[in-house]
Amino acid sequence: MPAVSKGDGMRGLAVFISDIRNCKSKEAEIKRINKELANIRSKFKGDKALDGYSKKKYVCKLLFIFLLGHDIDFGHMEAVNLLSSNKYTEKQIGYLFISVLVNSNSDLISLINNAIKNDLSSRNPTFMNLALHCIANVGSREMAEAFAAEVPRILVAGDTMDSVKQSAALCLLRLNRTSPDLVLMGEWTARVVHLLNDQHLGVVTAATSLITTLAQKSPEDFKTSVSLAVARLSRIVSSASTDLQDYTYYFVAAPWLSVKLLRLLQCYPPPEDGAIRGRLTECLETILNKAQEPPKSKKVQHSNAKNAVLFEAISLIIHHDSEPTLLVRACNQLGQFLQHRETNLRYLALESMCTLASSEFSHEAVKTHIETVINALKSERDVSVRQRAVDLLYAMCDRSNAKQIVAEMLSYLETADYSIREEIVLKVAILAEKYAVDYTWYVDTILNLIRFAGDYVSDEVWYRVIQIVINRDEVQGYAAKTVFEALQAPACHENLVKVGGYILGEFGNLIAGDSRSSPLIQFDLLHSKFHLCSVPTRALLLSAYIKFINLFPEVKGTIQEVLRSDSQLRNADVELQQRAVEYLRLSSIASTDILATVLEEMPPFPERESSILAKLKRKKGPGNLHPDLDENRKERSANGGTADHSSTTSNAKSSPLSFVGDLLAPASTAPPTNRPRPVSSSYLLQAPLTPIPPQASAVPVLLSAGPLFQVAASPTPSTDLLGLGSTITTQNSAPPASKGTSLLVDVFSENIAAFPVETPVAVGPVADENFSRFVCKNNGVLYENQLLQIGLKSEFRQNLGRMYVFFGNKTSTQFMNFAASVVCQDTLQAQLNVHAKPADPTVDGGAQLQQILNIECMSDFVDAPVLNIQFRYGGTLQNVAVKLPITLNKFFQPTEMTSQDFFQRWKQLGAPQQEVQKIFKAKHSMDTEVTKAKIMGFGAALLDGVDPNPSNFVGAGVIHTKTTQVGCLLRLEPNTQAQMYRLTLRTSRDTVSQRLCDLLSEQF
Amino acid sequence: MIGGLFIYNHKGEVLISRVYRDDIGRNAVDAFRVNVIHARQQVRSPVTNIARTSFFHVKRSNIWLAAVTKQNVNAAMVFEFLYKMCDVMASYFGKISEENIKNNFVLIYELLDEILDFGYPQNSETGSLKTFITQQGIKGQTKEEQSQITSQVTGQIGWRREGIKYRRNELFLDVLESVNLLMSPQGQVLSAHVSGRVVMKSYLSGMPECKFGMNDKIIIDKAGKGGVTNEAGKSTSGKQSIAIDDCTFNQCVRLSKFDSERSISFIPPDGEYELMRYRTTKDIILPFRVIPLVREVGRTKLEVKVVIKSNFKPSLLAQKIEVRIPTPLNTSGVQVICMKGKAKYKASENAIVWKIKRMAGMKESQISAEIELLPTNDKKKWARPPISMNFEVPFAPSGLKVRYLKVFESKLNYSDHDVIKWVRYIGRSGIYETRC
Repeated sequence: MPAVSKGDGMRGLAVFISDIRNCKSKEAEIKRINKELANIRSKFKGDKALDGYSKKKYVCKLLFIFLLGHDIDFGHMEAVNLLSSNKYTEKQIGYLFISVLVNSNSDLISLINNAIKNDLSSRNPTFMNLALHCIANVGSREMAEAFAAEVPRILVAGDTMDSVKQSAALCLLRLNRTSPDLVLMGEWTARVVHLLNDQHLGVVTAATSLITTLAQKSPEDFKTSVSLAVARLSRIVSSASTDLQDYTYYFVAAPWLSVKLLRLLQCYPPPEDGAIRGRLTECLETILNKAQEPPKSKKVQHSNAKNAVLFEAISLIIHHDSEPTLLVRACNQLGQFLQHRETNLRYLALESMCTLASSEFSHEAVKTHIETVINALKSERDVSVRQRAVDLLYAMCDRSNAKQIVAEMLSYLETADYSIREEIVLKVAILAEKYAVDYTWYVDTILNLIRFAGDYVSDEVWYRVIQIVINRDEVQGYAAKTVFEALQAPACHENLVKVGGYILGEFGNLIAGDSRSSPLIQFDLLHSKFHLCSVPTRALLLSAYIKFINLFPEVKGTIQEVLRSDSQLRNADVELQQRAVEYLRLSSIASTDILATVLEEMPPFPERESSILAKLKRKKGPGNLHPDLDENRKERSANGGTADHSSTTSNAKSSPLSFVGDLLAPASTAPPTNRPRPVSSSYLLQAPLTPIPPQASAVPVLLSAGPLFQVAASPTPSTDLLGLGSTITTQNSAPPASKGTSLLVDVFSENIAAFPVETPVAVGPVADENFSRFVCKNNGVLYENQLLQIGLKSEFRQNLGRMYVFFGNKTSTQFMNFAASVVCQDTLQAQLNVHAKPADPTVDGGAQLQQILNIECMSDFVDAPVLNIQFRYGGTLQNVAVKLPITLNKFFQPTEMTSQDFFQRWKQLGAPQQEVQKIFKAKHSMDTEVTKAKIMGFGAALLDGVDPNPSNFVGAGVIHTKTTQVGCLLRLEPNTQAQMYRLTLRTSRDTVSQRLCDLLSEQF
Repeated sequence: MIGGLFIYNHKGEVLISRVYRDDIGRNAVDAFRVNVIHARQQVRSPVTNIARTSFFHVKRSNIWLAAVTKQNVNAAMVFEFLYKMCDVMASYFGKISEENIKNNFVLIYELLDEILDFGYPQNSETGSLKTFITQQGIKGQTKEEQSQITSQVTGQIGWRREGIKYRRNELFLDVLESVNLLMSPQGQVLSAHVSGRVVMKSYLSGMPECKFGMNDKIIIDKAGKGGVTNEAGKSTSGKQSIAIDDCTFNQCVRLSKFDSERSISFIPPDGEYELMRYRTTKDIILPFRVIPLVREVGRTKLEVKVVIKSNFKPSLLAQKIEVRIPTPLNTSGVQVICMKGKAKYKASENAIVWKIKRMAGMKESQISAEIELLPTNDKKKWARPPISMNFEVPFAPSGLKVRYLKVFESKLNYSDHDVIKWVRYIGRSGIYETRC
């Protein structure tokens, strides 16, 4: 490029620039610039035509001012005029101004395009080059539209000069990057590929860049370039360093071209043609050999160029991943670099080794460098290199060296740079889990992890350790012991307290035998950390305490004292307060049996993807992970907790929940309806596992039992332990909800709305899905749809009963013309007397309406009365019919009797019509406590020590009706092996026997 | 407290660096240079926080003074100190410039040792400083003299030494005000306030006790209510009193007396000092009214006509009047016609500057200009910055009047009548702008 000759120098520009440089302050500079701008404006404004020189000078000044950071909003026209000049310098300044200042949507663009077109079609190579540079520098869509067809033509034309070809290739590359859709190679492809054979190395270099980009887009079209590239590469590699003249850089032959060719080859798999393949292998070997040769120069440029080619060759070898010898050689070469003086080389070596480690051929070879890498981790000064060393250790880890690597990483963690600690923690956690042969080692490792770098241990890590401890019986005792010991340190990290609280709460009993870790000591230890912890941890600790009450009844007093203290019971935090209140209540009201069921050990977690791994993936992107990780996990999940095991435990838990509801109902002042609380996640989680009809399980638990159950049995949303509940809820909650209440009721409401208003008594389909749940209990939610929730609270004495029905308006608008009536059909009218007290005709949005029903049992009955509800919501009349759970057993009066009495009576009722027997399969798990509770809920007295077989249940009672009293004996014989029950009922009246048997057998 | 003090030239080179506390390191010097002096965007806030270190800076011509601290200091105190520091330096070697600072750096370090101790500001009264920090070096002072300096500097009245004697007892009092205004094109006052200073120069013998009175509303009301028969109070009751929004006093004024009796009494320092500063916002006399008229004729021409009217007694003369009319950024030529004074288009400032030497009250004058514009591809409209004005008038635009200034000296035999007193009022423009 001809330099601006001295005679052509712009004195005015030089003076202006030196003025600016001499300005003492910013203000002075601005003043000078303003003055100059005014001068230029007046010059451009003048009607007299400026000559090319002064135009160039002023445009140059404007450009300088613009580059100083000031806005320029004129002079564009003058710059465009310069384009048509025949002088090189003027044209150059014009193009310069346009590439820097003209934005793509300028209205001058057509003028500019015209000028460029003229230059492109001129035969002058310098002008053509200027035009091509301008196109590439602006590179806008408009440019691409205008010249996408023109540039390739110049590129492949036979008579184009080499320097123009170079520019054209790079210009095309740029256009292809900005608007790939406009650059269509099509017919030019073959000729562009052929450029790789060009005599001029500059053209080849430019063309290689272009082809690499195009090949990434459409590999098929440029497949032929592989053989050409290999040929070219081998020619370069084998050439003597002096052959290439201008293109030899510090004794390295054409390093840039070599690197680009190697990159191009990385777009394709190894060549199939043996000859080409052999030639390529030869090239790569030569490059590796050259790396071994002593350097020809001590200059850093020489080694840089050589290593650049070498590293590119290694990444090609890794990309092909097919030649074991090459891979091993590459690995050895990198091993040498690991101890190189140059930090950059060490970094690059570690980085390349990471990828090498994932190849099956070189994995072993990489492992030989473990000592060096560990050394690098310890002694390296540059944190980014240390980071790579950690990556490499992670990548090279397998079963054989896991313990060593994890130990090294842990010891490094203490001194590690803060920026990479979290990542190391995640990696240690994953490696420890993945290669753990012995889970005590795993538990130790994670606890150490929390101790060394508690702040960097994310929730996922400690969730995971708990999941694993819970799912593996063999480590539970050890874990409890280790945690207990770890907690004795005066300062513990909060995460350790969390793990400790959880594990001791679950498995504290396993170490309670030792006098050094007696229950009280365990509790005191946990409680000593309580006040230093954040709210979620405290909440977790409270749950651990209530579990302690279950595990160790002897500390109940101490714990209740703690729960009762003002700092808990009146805590400003709602969550803590609620837990304290509910746990205290639970612990003082519930019997040990109920406590035992409510606070049972957590069921094993279903195996699923480790959340830690997911977190690491999120952190690093998918590329950096070991490919075999996933398989490994699958294999482990297969032998993890079995499905039937978990189903039995959770089954046991779903039934007592209704009793918890009963327990708390009288204590609570809150009405049973209208709590806009989401159904407990754990509850839904169990739904598909239990044989309870799905719709039943979708109904929220009565009253405050809902929240209580959430905390007692399983995590609340706020302390969603292990993040299990939330994900599973979303999977499982949908089917029962849609199958159950909501869908069903939707159908009803439409049907009922279609009924004529005049026949309100006409009963549509009667909702009775919750009916059976009320056989053994008196309170709860009977019915719920989008608008209305019906709750019940009832009490019975002898042949009389009173039922409180709560109608909760779930919407925000008022229900009008509300009316509820009880209908006893046919024979029932004579058997049962139900009197409903009238209630208000309106229910406000969000409010509740209470209605009292007085019930009198005249004689024994089979059917149940139906509650008809009518109201106007919005414009439509809604009609709901629900079966009221008034069953014969409600009028049961328990009778205590001795074994002798019982069998005497049993024999008295020996007539065949008086006995009803039923053998049926268990629908729920066969838990003794649950069964006992159900029989008591049914109304009969449970007689202990009556039956010679202790596993059988025996009950007695009297059914009161107004007319008669019916004595009633029952016997339930469970068969655990066959999962069957045999139920025998003997009463003085055959209809009663039949009815009671039907009712009771539904419950198991 | 102030941790260190640095003085830079315009290039950001450190001229003076004095560190008082260990928490300020040398790197603080560079932090300020990089983040403030050489900042890409001009830093407009006088307080900059960099890495938990606060930098308070003031700029005097091309010199930057920066006080640095890591503590939570009273920013107003720091700035007060910096201004005082500038005053002290100016009184020692004149204009604050790079040259002067380089020539006097020993003196500056000496001063810094004296007026800041472990970052706590000390006595910075020029008069008393000059008794023991001199540019000539301390000539053999007797023990007596030295002990006198000590007792005076550490004494109750640190700002005045004893035994001053003048043949003629003279007192100069200047009321200096700057009036700030923003007015809409229609002549509506959008905001206006006056900030004023009372500067005194006293040449009085002994330890005189002075009492200063002015037409402040509260003082007059108090005097009227209290039934004190003060002649001055009677004559200026009511309408001529002014409402002062806030004021600050020199350290020599007894604040307890001001709080209880609203009287300003003090023992004055010797020489020049600022007695008080105040601000008013009500009943301001605006000395000039600017009436702009801007007409855009097509895309390439703009016609501007500006009339100024003086609004004070015809007997008074305003001086140094300068009207600055901003021009659009694409101005390519300007023709100006004015009846009075000189007007010129200054391209470097993008404005037409119209200067009038003198102008009497109740007069008016006008300028008209034709501005040629260069069409640009920029669609942005010209923002029309306000027309600003500078002037000087011989009265106080706030309406403040000095009612009395009494001098009592019990020990020496001169009385109030023997003191020659001079009072002068000067009103200057602050930011005096009219939108167009």
